Amino acid sequence: MLWVCAGVFVIVLTGVFLALRRGTRTNADQDSPNASERALARAVGIAVGTTVVVLLGLLVASVWTGRAIGSLHASSAVTIEIIGHQWWWEIQYDDAIPSRRVITANEFHIPTDRPVVLKVTSRDVIHSFWVPNLHGKRDLIPGYITALWIQADRPGRFRGQCAEFCGLQHAHMAIDVIAESDSDFETWLDTMRRPASDPSDATARRGRDVFMQARCAGCHTVRGTDAAGQVAPDLTHVATRNTLAAGTLGNTREHLTSWIRDPQGAKPGNQMPPNIFAPDDLAALVAYLESLR
Amino acid sequence: MRGPLDADGGAVQLEQTWADPSGLIGWFEHVDHKSLGRRYLITAFGFFLIGGVLAALMRLQLSRPDNTFIGPDLYNQIFSTHGTTMMFLFAVPVMQGLGIYFVPLMVGARSIAFPRLVAFSYWMFLFGGIFLFVSFLLNAGPDVGWFSYPPLSEALYTPTKRADVWAQLITFTEVASLAVAVAIITTVLKLRTPGMTLNRLPIFVWAQVVTSFMVLFAMPAVMLASTELILDRLVGTHFFDVEHAGDALVWQHLFWFFGHPEVYIIFIPGTGIVSTIITTFSRRHIFGYLPVILSLVATAFMGFGLWVHHMFATGLPQLGESFFTAASIMIAIPTGTQIFCWIATMWSGRIAVKTPMLWILGFFAIFILGGLTGVMLAAVPLNIQVHDTFFVVAHFHYVLIGGAVFPLFGAFYYWYPKITGRMLSERVGAWVFALLFTGFNLTFFPMHVLGLHGMPRRVYTYAASMGWDSLNLLASLGALLMACGVLTFVVDAVRALSAGAVAADNPWGAGTLEWATTSPPPNSNFPRSPTAAGREPLWDNPPDQPVVVGLRSDARDVLVTHVLDAEPDHRLVFPEPSIWPFLTAIATTGLFIWSIFTPWGVVYGAGPVFVTMVGWFWPKSPDEGGSQPWPIAHRTLPRPSEAPAAGGAI
Repeated sequence: MLWVCAGVFVIVLTGVFLALRRGTRTNADQDSPNASERALARAVGIAVGTTVVVLLGLLVASVWTGRAIGSLHASSAVTIEIIGHQWWWEIQYDDAIPSRRVITANEFHIPTDRPVVLKVTSRDVIHSFWVPNLHGKRDLIPGYITALWIQADRPGRFRGQCAEFCGLQHAHMAIDVIAESDSDFETWLDTMRRPASDPSDATARRGRDVFMQARCAGCHTVRGTDAAGQVAPDLTHVATRNTLAAGTLGNTREHLTSWIRDPQGAKPGNQMPPNIFAPDDLAALVAYLESLR
Repeated sequence: MRGPLDADGGAVQLEQTWADPSGLIGWFEHVDHKSLGRRYLITAFGFFLIGGVLAALMRLQLSRPDNTFIGPDLYNQIFSTHGTTMMFLFAVPVMQGLGIYFVPLMVGARSIAFPRLVAFSYWMFLFGGIFLFVSFLLNAGPDVGWFSYPPLSEALYTPTKRADVWAQLITFTEVASLAVAVAIITTVLKLRTPGMTLNRLPIFVWAQVVTSFMVLFAMPAVMLASTELILDRLVGTHFFDVEHAGDALVWQHLFWFFGHPEVYIIFIPGTGIVSTIITTFSRRHIFGYLPVILSLVATAFMGFGLWVHHMFATGLPQLGESFFTAASIMIAIPTGTQIFCWIATMWSGRIAVKTPMLWILGFFAIFILGGLTGVMLAAVPLNIQVHDTFFVVAHFHYVLIGGAVFPLFGAFYYWYPKITGRMLSERVGAWVFALLFTGFNLTFFPMHVLGLHGMPRRVYTYAASMGWDSLNLLASLGALLMACGVLTFVVDAVRALSAGAVAADNPWGAGTLEWATTSPPPNSNFPRSPTAAGREPLWDNPPDQPVVVGLRSDARDVLVTHVLDAEPDHRLVFPEPSIWPFLTAIATTGLFIWSIFTPWGVVYGAGPVFVTMVGWFWPKSPDEGGSQPWPIAHRTLPRPSEAPAAGGAI
């Protein structure tokens, strides 16, 4: 399509240029435009006809490609639900057994060479799920659930970003899709299904208490604990993720510390409030979060 | 031409009859379409400059990754206000301003129809613009995009007044543009000079009338949508409120049912300008008058059938999407037809490459590229990848700047002598063109690539790791060049007002009727109204072409003609200048702004509107106005040599 369009561009501009050259060279006395009027009409007619044919060709190609993309089907597909929030992604892996359902955020894994069906919707405003290397955009519209099929043909990490303007932090709403072999995928999913294990060292245990007593637990969920907040990302396995705050920061100790202290610094306008902790409380909290693998 | 008439005295009286009052208060009473057209053009251009400054700020912010020059809150206001300004306060009004000024002249009329309504429209447009920018300076500029999708624009997610400001700005500008559309349609259908049948109507006028009809059908959709939005926000209705069985997608259908035709409302007048300038500078009648007109009309109809291609990513049924793909692709046929007709005209013409023509050549290069990326966007598989990325930003700037702004600059150079009586500098004009053409391509071509590399629109910053920085820097540098170009143009336009070479009546040797009068035209437009014997009257009329007689010089007499064949029908006395349109606009502005704060503003605010409208429409005694039949004696109009002096006896 690009080449057809580029070709048309060159041909038409050549036409303009030739017309300009001929038009400027014709001088006042040699004028008998009427003689060529029929020829002109024929030329314009042919040009319009060609346009129609080329456009029809493009139309057929477009519809055909659309059908090919849309007709990806399989019975053994993995079903993943993606829910948009300002400004992060909630990911749910469906399962017939409720305890085997998985909820995570901003990063999800898929098996390669297998169709994956994504059901998308939004809890607040309209977002758009877009991982360019896997599929085109699909809007996440509150009140609607739509489905699309994707399939990764090779393992790898595919970055995506919200593509529908959704407010202050539309720029910082990225998502990572990790495609891996079936066995790796199942291992990962099993890890995700497990509730958070009790931290083994004292600092992390103290961090857990900080987490439960401060307001963290009001918004975040850590499965296996009392923290069951529903408005912010699930942190049960937060330490396994590559990034923090929907792709805003790398998941390192420094970033985690600065993010908890001042979330408005890196991502102004997001819904996490700033927090004041004593330095050792903060360090313990970070240690606890880092233990959530 | 004026000499002998002045001696007679009729022309002097005619001039006084059609003069607008002077003085400070008189300034607010103007109803002359030339004065109103000038105001429209200057005001819209002023908004263009402000919109350009906003664009420059965005380019500054995006020139390097992780920039902290502008935060997300301000950036969102800037891009929303930029889009809103360019679409509602510049592109549509500036084209309508050209129409207000030139349509009456091109059809040989003494005035635009409903001059007071046009005056009212101007004040509404001006006040709407002031309202937007005062709000912006008070940190209440719109921040949810020029499209204001709910639920983001609903009170829950935008609790400030910003979205209300946006919604009411829409109301301001829609009232203004609907009024102008009605005036232009009526002018074209009823005030054409004898002989100017629809088949001889200049293409620019066709473009204006087609656009005006599009305005009539497209604008109500967005007025309805923005009214529903403001009701949701202020009164607690639930049109788009998902929590209460409202629907977020309906907004998109309503908005784009307006929003896509809007593009053609901006582009069709642009094509009218292209046809006009190519005809004049190829020194021949346009090739394929009928196909060009039919293309305009076809574009207007088809323009209403493609809105869904803005919504391919919402997940509509595939079969339905295919129809809109087909429609979006097919609209390239009428546009292509026009382009081929223009090339054929140039091919068989004798081209003089003057400054206006440079802009048309620039138009070809830029617009055709934009049109082709448009065809690409019509294809769903490609669309859902590049939708809402910088690819689309590049696409529509190629279409709108290429298709409308470049022709518009051509129009400025082409008609500046007619409006001011002075010529713009050809040499400076070439520089302005070179700067804008280079700057434009430097700014927007890299955006295609950025979009294909995955950079989404409406992001206030991006990470250095994405590798988007060098192309963004290039785009920002291009914007700098464009700013230089526009600035040079402004300086030259101001300089030429007093220092430009004095313009002849018809400096380009054009064929349409606006060149049949002096530069600038007198108050009555034509001391003796010309008639038309062909599509380009100044080329086609025989030397003894009849002129219009039978219009009094001591009253604002206007000849009303039949719709199709422009035969004289009756004589109508046009309204005098009046302060009431201005006062009504003030009262309406009060109502609109008040209603943002409380629904009662609509109730109490209606009082002053009612009072000022009573003043405006106060009945006149029969001998002050009204229409009179056209005398049988004047059914056949006389040759100039046999005609009485200007105005003269009836």
